[in-house]
This record gives sequence, structure tokens and C-alpha cells, in this order.
Amino acid sequence: MIPLYWFLVLSAFLFSLGLFAVITRRNTIAILMGIELMLNAANINLLSFWRYLHAPRGDMDGLIFALIVFVVAAAEVAVGLGLIVSAYRRRRTVVANELDLLKG
Amino acid sequence: MTGMQIVFLINAAVTVIAGVMMVTVKRLMHAAMWLILTLFGVAVVFGLLEASFFAIVQVVVYIGAIAILLVFAIMLTRDAVDDSFLQNHRWVLTALIGAVALSGLLLAIFTWPQSALFTAPLADAQRDVGEMGLSLLDPQGYLIPFEVSSILLLAALIGAVHVGISRREEER
Repeated sequence: MIPLYWFLVLSAFLFSLGLFAVITRRNTIAILMGIELMLNAANINLLSFWRYLHAPRGDMDGLIFALIVFVVAAAEVAVGLGLIVSAYRRRRTVVANELDLLKG
Repeated sequence: MTGMQIVFLINAAVTVIAGVMMVTVKRLMHAAMWLILTLFGVAVVFGLLEASFFAIVQVVVYIGAIAILLVFAIMLTRDAVDDSFLQNHRWVLTALIGAVALSGLLLAIFTWPQSALFTAPLADAQRDVGEMGLSLLDPQGYLIPFEVSSILLLAALIGAVHVGISRREEER
């Protein structure tokens, strides 16, 4: 059987990669991809804690929580890409540094 | 070392390497392809956790919808970025931040006293997707979170359509 911490280590790696992508990428679409990776890492954690600590007690909280994370991820991508395409249409750029309309 | 562990290790290696490629590759479209491979690896992890419903939802929602939406957005904004050179901003510093976050997480995992727990077999009700669907619509169960998340999804989609509609007079 696979020990619980293997899953946690994998999700820690994926989360750090997503964090790296969010900070380092210039393109806003690549930043969204990093956020997706971080949400996936969180989902691995939720499901593995459910499987190892809650499933023996017979509840499904972790499953429902993971389902809601899926819904939030879908909503976030829909709004995020809508904003990016809209910003592109007005400013002709998707680079985060150049989208500085709100800069004082 | 059992068969499950070997499958997990191979899959974890593929997933992490695809993730590294995703954050370091030059072309955004290639990054999207590596993202799809990473998401597929995560789907396999869900399968290994005996959450087969989530493995399928991962493929359908993430790869089938979200990744394709990202690909469409990349193609729509193709001429905005010249991605023939590496676009990453302050490489070394951010890699350092990522490494610090990773080592913090690993420290937390390995100092946590219970982290070597082994699993018990699932109950029949937990294997059954229908059981989960019933509990989603059960007022004693998860009806409120379910409805709240569906309202969130509806609001997000209406918002995305509203933001995405082109208004000619504002563009001038």
C-alpha cells in the first residue's frame, strides 16, 4: 500500500511548481495555468486526506469538498479567460507588466 | 514494493517532470500541452486514491474543458506576445521562492506525526457515485454547499459572458 505522505510530497511539488509559474510568468494565461496547477495540488491533498483519515469513518466530506474545488476552478477559468480576452481586445496585450491601467 | 507503489512512482515522476516542463518551456502552446500531461497524471493519482469518479471528472472538466479553453485563449491572443524567447521574469529569485515554499511544505509533511498512516478498505457506500449524488441533494447532507456552488458557477458564467461581449463604442 502507498503511504499517505507520498501523495502529500507529490502535491507539495505540484503546488511549488504552480507558485513558481504564477510569480515568474509574464503572460497572464500562463499565470492562470499556474493557478490551475495549485488547485490540482490542493485537490490531491483533499482527496488523499479523505481517503486515509476520513474514509475509514465512513463519511464523504472530502469528496464533496473536492467537487466544490472543481466548480470553483471552472468558474475561475471562465472569468479569468473572459477578462484576459477582453483586456486583449482593448489593450492589445496579455502581458501582466503592461496591464497597468490601475497603477497610480 | 508493491505494484501500486511502482505505478505511483512512475506516475509521480511523469507528473512532476511535465509540471517542470510546463513552467520552463518557451512557447505557451507547448506549456499548455505539458499542462494537459500534468492534469492527466493528477487524474491517475485520483484513480490510485480510489476516487474513480474524480479521475473521470478530472479528465472531462480539466482536460476536456479548462485546458481546451486555455488553448483557445492562447490562440486568440497569439500576436500579443513574442514567445520565441523565455518570458520568465526574475528566474532565480522566483525559483528560490518556490524552493523555499517546497522545503517548508516538505518539512511540515515529514514532521507531522501521523504521516505514515496506511489505508483501510473503502465502504461500499463510498465507492458508489449514486450515494454521493444522493448526499449532495440531501438537506441533512450537502444540499446548501451544492446550491451555493451552483449559484457561484451561474454567476461566474454570466460574468464571463458580460465581460466577453464586445461593445463597439467603448473600444474607440
